[in-house]
Amino acid sequence: MSELGRLEQFLRTDPRDVGCDEAMVVLHIYVDLVAADQDAAGRYPGVAAHLMACGPCGEDFAGLLLAVTSG
Amino acid sequence: MRAEAAASAGSLSGVEPARLPTEDLDEESAGWLRRLGAVGGERHAAERELHARLVRIALAEVRRRAASTPVTGPELDDVAHQAAGDAMLAILAKLGDFRGESRFTTWAYRFVILEVSGKLGRHYWRNPPVALDAGQWERLPDRLGIDPERHAESAGILAEVRRVVEGELTSHQRRIFVAIVVDGIPLDALAAELGLRRNAIYKVIFDARRKIRRALVANGYLEEPGLEQR
Repeated sequence: MSELGRLEQFLRTDPRDVGCDEAMVVLHIYVDLVAADQDAAGRYPGVAAHLMACGPCGEDFAGLLLAVTSG
Repeated sequence: MRAEAAASAGSLSGVEPARLPTEDLDEESAGWLRRLGAVGGERHAAERELHARLVRIALAEVRRRAASTPVTGPELDDVAHQAAGDAMLAILAKLGDFRGESRFTTWAYRFVILEVSGKLGRHYWRNPPVALDAGQWERLPDRLGIDPERHAESAGILAEVRRVVEGELTSHQRRIFVAIVVDGIPLDALAAELGLRRNAIYKVIFDARRKIRRALVANGYLEEPGLEQR
């Protein structure tokens, strides 16, 4: 990705983004859908948008997904 | 309190679990609720098993995040054990909130993951690599992945970003943007230091990103995108 592309991506905001509080309320549901190969982003587009944009919530998502899929 | 100590002292058993109807749950989740809602040895065994799982997950999680936190060594393990203990207490206290929308273990593991996040944020300030309000603007190119030495246009963009931050953001927005984006302080660490929720910090950064982008578009540095217009 070009330098301008990286900056553009950082500054881009998605109006569907639900924010941290709403995303964390349903994180366990979202993770179970992802773990079951279901359409989590289709069911929760605002959560998907948020997890793409928010580093800390994205880390929580990655950690929880790893926890439930690692046995 | 370390969770092993809490468990061995029996304090976890002092949290009365709510009893839930389990007929609509998957077999494993129903089993957990039944065992945690039982009395005596069956419940204690379930608590020990769940706590052991939380400790294992917390230890794996702090190690997964080790590269992005100044917390190291035994302190990192201590964070994991504290997170597992606090998560265990929260899970037992909130069993009645579980509505079967996910597997029970996924619902329960969320508590320990969030505890790890919160505790790493608070522990950041015991040995912070950068102080609050440092304002290391010279590091902004690296943070944004821009090399102003290679492209004169990039230098202009960075100057415009700084102009907007210093001239158009409120003092609250500016302080948070500089801490997170310019100085690279983890969002959870800043939230802990300022006594704010993660969501409050995120919203400030979200609004600042929109404001900066609009300025860059208005001044011809970026093209009109559409997605964030609302």
